[in-house]
Amino acid sequence: MGDDATFEKFKKCAVDVLQVPEDKVVPEASFADDLNADSLDLVEFVMALEEAFSITVDETELDGVDTVGQAYDLVVSKL
Amino acid sequence: MGVGRHPLGPPGRRVSRVVLVTGGSRGIGLACARRFQADGDRVAVTYKTAPPDPAGAEATAPLLAVACDVTDPGAVDAAFATVEAELGAVEVLVCAAGITDDGLVLRMSEERWSRVIETDLTGTFRAVRRALPAMLRARAGRIVVISSVVAYLGNAGQANYAAAKAGQIGFARSLAREVASRSVTVNVVAPGMVATDMLAALNEDQTAALASRVPLGRVAGPEEVAAAVCFLASAEAAYITGAVLAVDGGLGMGH
Repeated sequence: MGDDATFEKFKKCAVDVLQVPEDKVVPEASFADDLNADSLDLVEFVMALEEAFSITVDETELDGVDTVGQAYDLVVSKL
Repeated sequence: MGVGRHPLGPPGRRVSRVVLVTGGSRGIGLACARRFQADGDRVAVTYKTAPPDPAGAEATAPLLAVACDVTDPGAVDAAFATVEAELGAVEVLVCAAGITDDGLVLRMSEERWSRVIETDLTGTFRAVRRALPAMLRARAGRIVVISSVVAYLGNAGQANYAAAKAGQIGFARSLAREVASRSVTVNVVAPGMVATDMLAALNEDQTAALASRVPLGRVAGPEEVAAAVCFLASAEAAYITGAVLAVDGGLGMGH
């Protein structure tokens, strides 16, 4: 779920931290394959999301999160 | 793969950086702080006992001195926040905060063991963890950890200190691998016998036993350790990470 404003905020974090063009941040994009993000990028991205949305994400919750859509759903589930 | 990149500026031309030295109010930490300052950096130090003496003969300009007990994560966070507000994000971190609390293992209390591990090893972890986000974002940074020759030689009566100092090396090398892709380097300086308050705390037998084994036959001045630290923090050292640089007069030769 989530609204447009939420996704925009999410997208801004991705653009800032992962240094990717905005149009590549789409739900089906894979962090590793499409956004060229390594494990350190993902940790930085999660930290940025935690700060932007005032949420806490446990390391174990990131298992199986490979795409932008999955990460976004995880964020929305905590709002 | 960038070849010959110097994220902290080209070699030979110094840019002023923000440097934080934990435990920088005296001893090796203070010598490092003064050296960075002399080289044109903006330098902050943390202290636990007392701020650096402003009347020090070599004092050129006041250091930004921030009270911080590295055993308190909240205090570490607050100290960084102060430095960031006053000087900007930390670009060079030197972890020099450390204590000794000697005793033979047979009679060493849990408290004495933990106090040293908590300050020397976990305190290093806390400062580094707080410094990392900004360095990763900047795709540049220098971390230098002050360990000790006893990390690999051992020293009777200092099992807690040696364990913490050896732990710092494993920590630094793991971290060096984790952040290398962001051009952040992590290195260790392992001093031997240095003329500081900490050395003065050793008893005469310990000091004499150590001194007799130093090939260069003398104790180091803290500024001799600072020279190595400043080199590892320099732009010229961009290709050095995960190294342990001994500054020990040959005491630990081969390690």
